[in-house]
Amino acid sequence: MNEFGNETVERHVYPKNELTGAEIISNWFREKIFLGLSFKEYMKTLITPLNIGAGLIVFAGLFLIAMRFIFGLDQVTEASNEQPWGLFLTWGLFSGVPFSASGFVIGTGVYIFGVKRYQPIVKNAILLGFLGYLFAVIFLMIDLGRPWRIYYPMAISFGTASVMFLVAWHVALYLSVQFFEFCPSVLAWLNQGYLQKIAVSMTLGLTIFGVMLSTLHQSALSAMFLLAPGKVHPLWYTSYLPWLALISAIGAAMALMIVVSKLTTIYFRNRASAEYLGSIDDVTIGLGKASSLVMFTYLGMRLISITHEGAWKYLDTPTGHWFMVEIMILALVPFLYYYGVMKKNVKLIQVTGVVTMIGIILNRFNLTLLTFNYQLPRGEPFYWKEVLVVISVVIIQVLVYRWIVNRMPVLRDHPDYPNDGH
Amino acid sequence: MINRRNLLKIGGAVVAASILGSESVLGAQDFEGNPDRLGMLTDTTRCIGCRRCEAACNKANNLPAPKTSFEDTSVFEEKRKPYVADVQSYTVVNRFEGEDGKPVYRKVQCMHCDEPACVTACPVAALTKSKEGPVVWNEKLCIGCRYCITACPFYVPAFEYSSAFEPKIQKCFMCSQRIKDGLIPACAEACPVEAIQFGKRNDLIKMAKQRIWGEPDKYIDHVYGETEAGGTGWLYVSKLPFEKMGFPGNIGVTSFPKLTKDFLGMVNLTLVTWPALLGGFYMATHKKPNEGHENKNETENEKKTEEDIKHE
Repeated sequence: MNEFGNETVERHVYPKNELTGAEIISNWFREKIFLGLSFKEYMKTLITPLNIGAGLIVFAGLFLIAMRFIFGLDQVTEASNEQPWGLFLTWGLFSGVPFSASGFVIGTGVYIFGVKRYQPIVKNAILLGFLGYLFAVIFLMIDLGRPWRIYYPMAISFGTASVMFLVAWHVALYLSVQFFEFCPSVLAWLNQGYLQKIAVSMTLGLTIFGVMLSTLHQSALSAMFLLAPGKVHPLWYTSYLPWLALISAIGAAMALMIVVSKLTTIYFRNRASAEYLGSIDDVTIGLGKASSLVMFTYLGMRLISITHEGAWKYLDTPTGHWFMVEIMILALVPFLYYYGVMKKNVKLIQVTGVVTMIGIILNRFNLTLLTFNYQLPRGEPFYWKEVLVVISVVIIQVLVYRWIVNRMPVLRDHPDYPNDGH
Repeated sequence: MINRRNLLKIGGAVVAASILGSESVLGAQDFEGNPDRLGMLTDTTRCIGCRRCEAACNKANNLPAPKTSFEDTSVFEEKRKPYVADVQSYTVVNRFEGEDGKPVYRKVQCMHCDEPACVTACPVAALTKSKEGPVVWNEKLCIGCRYCITACPFYVPAFEYSSAFEPKIQKCFMCSQRIKDGLIPACAEACPVEAIQFGKRNDLIKMAKQRIWGEPDKYIDHVYGETEAGGTGWLYVSKLPFEKMGFPGNIGVTSFPKLTKDFLGMVNLTLVTWPALLGGFYMATHKKPNEGHENKNETENEKKTEEDIKHE
């Protein structure tokens, strides 16, 4: 049985010293990149209807991104001075980053609090977190007016009173932290035993550093809107915004892990260890329990904050009705989790995970896009080209995830490095 | 477990983070300001809607020629914004109907706040409140994040969405270059009826109050901008209530840096608390009998033991 878990290809039959340099290289590619197949065989496996469809959308999206960089943002977006931040940031940054808390939430549970129950999913959680941040930065690069200056807040000029300055630093640092946190899996894949051990040894420090950065910038993402009290609708504007953002990010991260764990058992069954596959039901129930608590906390704080701001009077307005949709989804979630855990109904918890994700995405969309500048006459919130770009970048994100999970020990332990997740 | 290496790592992080954090808080201090800072006073009871300020502004800032001439009064049919994609201007005059049915004109442009929301928002300090008074923008620093547009309560800054290579933030800069050259802002110079006056903000406030005192029937008893948003550099006096002239009614008197100051103040606390709390928790719960395995922590060893048992 090879490291990918399929027994079809016999590869370790020749002693290394009898191979020529070219053979070593071609063997490396065969093993590491082409999943143990020859180049031709591998290319054949790639030609599936799904891949072709994905490829076409990605191609169209890349074309539109090129248009944006040649002719300006207004070519592909509805962005305007009434709506300075459009779909790219609303999806990629404000909705994407809360879910990317998965690395810090599960990592803290396993590495600091020693909750071994979540050990099987911790590497996946870190990978998802890393990719979430990476693609948040990619969306930011597409949206920034002058993306080639993205490092300016770190090196050139410091706007220290700005919450965005904080976000910039923390996202940059945390992206690096997540990269190092995922290194053990990468290095195991590359058979770099010595470096892999060093990477593993950094886990605790990185995890704690990650908690510091995460708590601050998760809350900072919403705290940016504290600066726009007349523009954020009163049903969303509250001085609790930073807290609500942090708590909902923890809920979002767990919902993502519930849903993705289920998906991996369907689509990556052959890349996962039996131990991983067997643990998912128990992990899901555990996450459901924690999520119930987190989302109850969120709901309570949300309702109290609206009362504090005296915003209930806006309930019977069109925006208020739309608010009711959001709050009803988010209010249903903790009860569903609770019921699912009580009945040990894994399916229900997984469905609730999806509902949670919808609720939190809707919340971020409402805060940053749909009700922002509610006093101004509004045009369309986004342009179809913007949607296409977002879909194509998300497809790339999924493909990168698939590429990594197909090759690196994420849903399993590497046979030579059994403890790389510790 | 916490060994020397890990402890050093955490310590270093805390120190680095504290420095970073304290910087953030320092930036959000209360405004003291230059007492001689300059400002502008618009008297809407004087304005005749001639649009000569718009023309002068266009010329002084080398902005593209408008579609219709500056004498065209049909533009008053709609409420214009200073800088949008097809109208590249730093200021516009809008017409409103007064209580006696006669038209009232309001000039719209950057308010040059004492503690501007845009300056607070800017992550690279490209926008600054200059010592002289104008709120200015440094093209060399701007990254185009548009947080200034999100933050400005007066909906002033504008972004050039049609430019891919050097999109600018556009707004009135109170002719800061002309001021440096010893001239007065172009709009004030062009105004034939002294509806726009330029001077030290403190003097302008006195002048505005004198007018209100002198002719209480001609003005409502309020100088717009004296306290709004913590004080603005551009002031208005009027007979028509300000909210009827398109001034945002929900600005309040709190200065904008105060809105995020509390949050930024938590940065330090958070950065120092977490490592201590989590590190402490980890040390307390992960005691292990054999010291010295630098690269392995407790869970790993336990796991190993479990596996050993299984193998046996």
